[in-house]
Amino acid sequence: MEQSQGIGRVQELTYELKVEEVMTRNVVTVSPDNRVSDLRELFRVNRISGTPVVDAGRLVGIISIEDFIKCLANGEMDCRVRDRMTSKVEVLYAGEPVVHAINRFQVSGYGRFPVLDRESGRLIGILSKGDIIRALLKKLEIDYQEEEIHRYRASHIFEDTVADRTSLTLEYDIKGKDFDNAGKASSSLKRTLSRLGFHPQLVRRVAIASYEAEMNIVVFTDQGRISAIVQTDGIVLRAADRGPGIPDIELAMQPGYSTAPEWVRELGFGAGMGLCNIKKSADEMELRSEVGKGTDLRVTFHLKKGGP
Amino acid sequence: MTLDQVKTILGAEVISGSANLKMEVKMGCGSDLMSDVLAFIKSDSLLLTGLTNPQAVRTAEMVDVKAICFVRGKRPGQDTIRLAESKGLPLLMTELPMFEACGRLYRAGLPGCSELKWSP
Repeated sequence: MEQSQGIGRVQELTYELKVEEVMTRNVVTVSPDNRVSDLRELFRVNRISGTPVVDAGRLVGIISIEDFIKCLANGEMDCRVRDRMTSKVEVLYAGEPVVHAINRFQVSGYGRFPVLDRESGRLIGILSKGDIIRALLKKLEIDYQEEEIHRYRASHIFEDTVADRTSLTLEYDIKGKDFDNAGKASSSLKRTLSRLGFHPQLVRRVAIASYEAEMNIVVFTDQGRISAIVQTDGIVLRAADRGPGIPDIELAMQPGYSTAPEWVRELGFGAGMGLCNIKKSADEMELRSEVGKGTDLRVTFHLKKGGP
Repeated sequence: MTLDQVKTILGAEVISGSANLKMEVKMGCGSDLMSDVLAFIKSDSLLLTGLTNPQAVRTAEMVDVKAICFVRGKRPGQDTIRLAESKGLPLLMTELPMFEACGRLYRAGLPGCSELKWSP
C-alpha cells in the first residue's frame, strides 16, 4: 500500500516537473572544428560519455564515447568532430514535462538529450537519466520532510496528554502606536497554529480576527495583549487592553462606523470594518468595554469534527 | 494564471520573488482597504493594491494571498520588501492605475474572488 502510493507520487512528479528544472545547466560542449583526439581529455576531466557540438550558440550535432571508440579503432583520431558526430540530433525542449523525457529515453535508447529553449532555439542544458533520478529523489525528500512537519499535530499533543482538561495558551504583548511591528503577533500566531496542524481555513479565520484586534490595540491604545487558548474543542482568542474603551459597543459594531483618525486609513485600516470582520470570522464573539478602563474581546472558534 | 503572465499583461516589474514567477494565482482582488481584503479575499489570490506599507504584506499573509501587485507605479519601501522576502511573497509593480490593471487581468481571464468557488 505504502509502496504503491510512493510510485504514484513519483509518477505525479514526472508530470509536474519540467525538463528545465531537472536538467544540468552547465553544459560541456565542443566545437565542430575540434579534433576527435580532444575528446579524450574532455570526457575524462568532466566524467561524461558524450557532449553536444555547438557552433556559434547553435546545436549542430552530438558526439559520444562510442563515436570516439570507433575513431580510435579506425585510427581516425585526427578527424574533425564535424565529420564524425551525429548531426541529426534528437532534442528536448525546456518546458516539456519530465514524463516526455522518460518516454524518449525508453524509445530511443539514448543516454542524453540536449535541451533547447523553444523560442530562441539555443542550447540551455543537457538531460541524462541520472539528472531525472537525482531531481526526483530530491523532490521526494522535500515532500517527505513537509509531511513529517505536518504529522506533528496539535491533536497528538492532546492525545498524549492525560488530564481532565488540557489547554495550550499562546500570549503576545502588543505595543501601541508601533506600526512597524503591527501584525507581527498575528503572524506568529498564524504560523504556530499552522504548525500545530489546524485546518488552514480555521487558521485563516483566527488570523483575520487576531489581526483586526491587533490593529485596534496598536491604533487606539498604548499596550495590550493577544492570547489564544488552544483547547481540544476549539480556540479562544482574547484581545485585552487598558485603552480608552468603547463608549457605545452597538454603534461600534455597525459596519462602516469608525472613530479612527484619518492617518489610520493610510495603513489600509480605519474604515469601520474591523469588529465586523472579527464577528464574521468567529463562531462566538463577546465584547466588553469600559470607558477609561479598557476593552476585553473574546472570540471563540469551534473545532468541528472532520472539517474547519 | 501564472505570475509570469500577470507580469506580461500588466507590463509589471518584479520587485521581489523573481524565482517564483511560475507560481499560479487563481483569482484577483483589488483594494486599498485591508479590512475589505481580510473580509472578502480567498486563498491563492493576487492582491492588487496602492497600499505599499508593510501592512499590505501582513494582510496578504493572514489570508494566504499568493502575490501582491502594486498599482499606479507605487514602489514599496525597503521595510515592506524585506518583510515580503521573509515570507516568500512575490511583489510586482505596474504603472497602470487600479481600474486598468484589474480590467486587463479580468479581460485575460483571471476571475474575481466572488466568482470562483475555491477553498484550500
